[in-house]
Amino acid sequence: MTKLPTWADVGLVPLISLTLAALVSAGVLLAIGQSPMQALTVMVNGALGSSYAWGYTLYYATSFIFTGLAVTVAFHAGLFNIGGEGQAQLGGLGVALVCLALPWPHWTIALLAAMFGAALFGAAWAAIPAYLQAKRGSHIVITTIMFNYIAAALLIYLLVNVLRPDGQMDPASANFPASAHLPQFQEIPILQGLFQRFGADGLPRLNAQGMPMYQQVPANVTFLIAILACVLVWVMLWHTRLGFAIRAFGKSEKAAVYAGISPLRIIMIAMLISGALAGLMAINNVMGQSERLVQNSASGAGFIGIAVALMGRNHPLGIFLAAVLFGFLFQGGAALGLETDIPIELRTVVQGLVILFTGALDQMVRMLLGAFFAKKGAT
Amino acid sequence: MSAADLGGRQATAALALPYAIELKGISKAFGSVQANKDINIAIPRGTIHGIIGENGAGKSTLMSILYGFYRADSGQILVNGAPVTIPDSQSAIRAGIGMVFQHFKLVQNFSVLENVILGAEDGPMLNSSLAKARKILGDLSREYELDVDPDALIEDLSVGHQQRVEILKALYRQAEILILDEPTGVLTPDEADHLFRILRGLRDQGKTIVLITHKLREIMETTDNVSVMRRGTMVATVKTAETSPESLAELMVGRKVLLEVEKKPSKVGEIVLSVKNLAVKDEHGVTRLKGVSFDIRAGEILGIAGVAGNGQSELLDALGGIAAASGVVVLNGAKLPLTGPRANGKARRDAGIAHVPEDRQSLGLIMDFAAWENVGFGYHDDPRYQKNAWLMDNEALRADTASKMATYDVRPPIPTLPAKSFSGGNQQKIVVAREMDRNPELLLIGQPTRGVDIGAIEFIHKQIIALRDAGSAVLLVSVELDEIMSLSDRVLVMFDGQIMGERVPAQTDERELGMMMAGMGAK
Repeated sequence: MTKLPTWADVGLVPLISLTLAALVSAGVLLAIGQSPMQALTVMVNGALGSSYAWGYTLYYATSFIFTGLAVTVAFHAGLFNIGGEGQAQLGGLGVALVCLALPWPHWTIALLAAMFGAALFGAAWAAIPAYLQAKRGSHIVITTIMFNYIAAALLIYLLVNVLRPDGQMDPASANFPASAHLPQFQEIPILQGLFQRFGADGLPRLNAQGMPMYQQVPANVTFLIAILACVLVWVMLWHTRLGFAIRAFGKSEKAAVYAGISPLRIIMIAMLISGALAGLMAINNVMGQSERLVQNSASGAGFIGIAVALMGRNHPLGIFLAAVLFGFLFQGGAALGLETDIPIELRTVVQGLVILFTGALDQMVRMLLGAFFAKKGAT
Repeated sequence: MSAADLGGRQATAALALPYAIELKGISKAFGSVQANKDINIAIPRGTIHGIIGENGAGKSTLMSILYGFYRADSGQILVNGAPVTIPDSQSAIRAGIGMVFQHFKLVQNFSVLENVILGAEDGPMLNSSLAKARKILGDLSREYELDVDPDALIEDLSVGHQQRVEILKALYRQAEILILDEPTGVLTPDEADHLFRILRGLRDQGKTIVLITHKLREIMETTDNVSVMRRGTMVATVKTAETSPESLAELMVGRKVLLEVEKKPSKVGEIVLSVKNLAVKDEHGVTRLKGVSFDIRAGEILGIAGVAGNGQSELLDALGGIAAASGVVVLNGAKLPLTGPRANGKARRDAGIAHVPEDRQSLGLIMDFAAWENVGFGYHDDPRYQKNAWLMDNEALRADTASKMATYDVRPPIPTLPAKSFSGGNQQKIVVAREMDRNPELLLIGQPTRGVDIGAIEFIHKQIIALRDAGSAVLLVSVELDEIMSLSDRVLVMFDGQIMGERVPAQTDERELGMMMAGMGAK
């Protein structure tokens, strides 16, 4: 098969795949008697049309970046970590325990401690399947799936019996102290202006103290940490000895052993990093948004991470872009449910189509393009 | 229809039409690379026709065009004198062309019979096809020494038998023209001899055989005519009986090639490696290496001769730190750990043992990695490749790769190209450059020239001799007796995990070594 030029490979192929997914989605909408144009308008407005919309899209994207990176690090070691969901829930437990442990003097200190807790718990949850894989050959796909269920059950138990404050009805932890509150986008000085609220008359709305009022969005400083994580993962994979060994092992275990790379060591380290990244997602949703630990806190982001990694071609930059796209789908889909008669479940259908076309069928597009470029090259 | 009928039909046709295949002006380019340039060739019916050339000369591209994998940019294909277009492999099969690939395309957990009918079933129900195939297979087996148990599973068959299944598949599809791509690369000498007997039998029945290879000896022993390719062009087509290995080699490479290795007498120094009672068990607990003992001195090449699978691989693995072993191994006076976490490839490299593994594609290289990453592979902890305590200096590694590529004549000299894009010979040069360039105390080198073209063989042999002359000890494992005889200062023959005896090349011959390799002859 002809090799595509790089720009076509990384730019054109995903673009065509996305267009195909959009066309099929439009067909589905027509089939249920809805207008695709209206749906697209609502989705774009709801996910990108305002700073408020962006505030949600980037919040979801932040979570997906962490889980996408988690899948990618394991993938480069030849391991398919499907346990991001459970590792992220355990990360949430780590965050909750840290945030509830002390009256934190400042959010920065709370953040650092909570990051440590999230990474530690996520990594610990990945460590057991990793050890079983390295020592006993138990397949990591199976064990990490099982650990997702164990994590869910464990958290329900802890939330109902241990972390739930007396007298509270729902299975959730106590609210975190206000000092552990992470700055959301509307609270960050340089971004603040974007989120100012205006009345129907076009004038800024003021509160009782005469101060301007701002839109509340869940996106928070964790977004910046996610970007930092992308950079660090990139440096780790392509500019350190560890990353070299991880990638070598992932490509060929036999060759890695010949080179003196220990499989046990690489499997453990890669999975610990992967679990830590999945766990770090909890900084975004548990600490940055709900500010308490609730049941099923990861709400599927662990699984979406697999799609994000697939679409992002296991490169941090690709993961960032794919995570933003999935954030768009998530938030745009929610807007559909709110503002139209289109059922919110359709967002799952659209996501499914995006995964299908960008992940599973992307070779098809590549082959067609390859034939096109081969013809062009021949003439 | 029986095989005899096929042969009969063939024989009458042969009288009318002299050429089974004619290619006229075939050209094919991949981007800027001209893989085939205006190829003209005519292959007479009922002959074995060799196509020889270095890796990357365009042999495989040409055959892929003939089998419908690629379409030629220009040119004409004639089968039995009639112009044909071959857009896909189905059309090739319809035109009577069968192909046996270097890497077999068999379903491992299907039986021989099931593999033979796969894709050629007569209808949705298999029983009648299987019965028919069983009968035809029986006829073919008797006729051509192609005996294979039709009910055996592929995964239980030896490589040689698997290859026969591929040939049977083609014959079952009534192929009149059989193309074999590097068929002996994976065979033992015995299996290769058997294959050539089969091919000669097929030819005598009127089939046309195209044999693609880079081994001169096979061409000389087996073919009727031979065409030589070099850099995408057909340089010559000659009658095999009227040529010599030397002139074929010269045609292939484009310059005079030394088929014999020139070397000075060795200047032997101290004992570098001392091995006592080294034994290795495989993962099933079977002892593969049964207590071997030997010494290697500085400045000498110790050759290990033997048929593949008699413990040589385990010997290399044990010394290279890949397999756990028992016994005593002393390198320059220091005992090496043979089990546990300290027995690994990196520890051995640190101790001064370099290892060019037998299987470069699965052990020695990571095919998806760029050349520069492969040059760092196994030596990625080398301080020269580090920027600081945390970061690797990829630039330094790329620069070092560029200089190694120049020294070891790796083509094309592009450090960022993935290993899989290089020809076999150039892949091997990358491994050799990485392992030899550090002047190791001891070099372990297995099958140094397997799947490597003639020009590169000469180069690699010279490098091995140069390393010896610089005072390194070399342990050479090869199934090619020629190679062992011409490079080694001493030869040990292995059979069934044991050493059968030691010889000096000048005082022995291939016959004696061959007997020892078969387990006969005393110490």
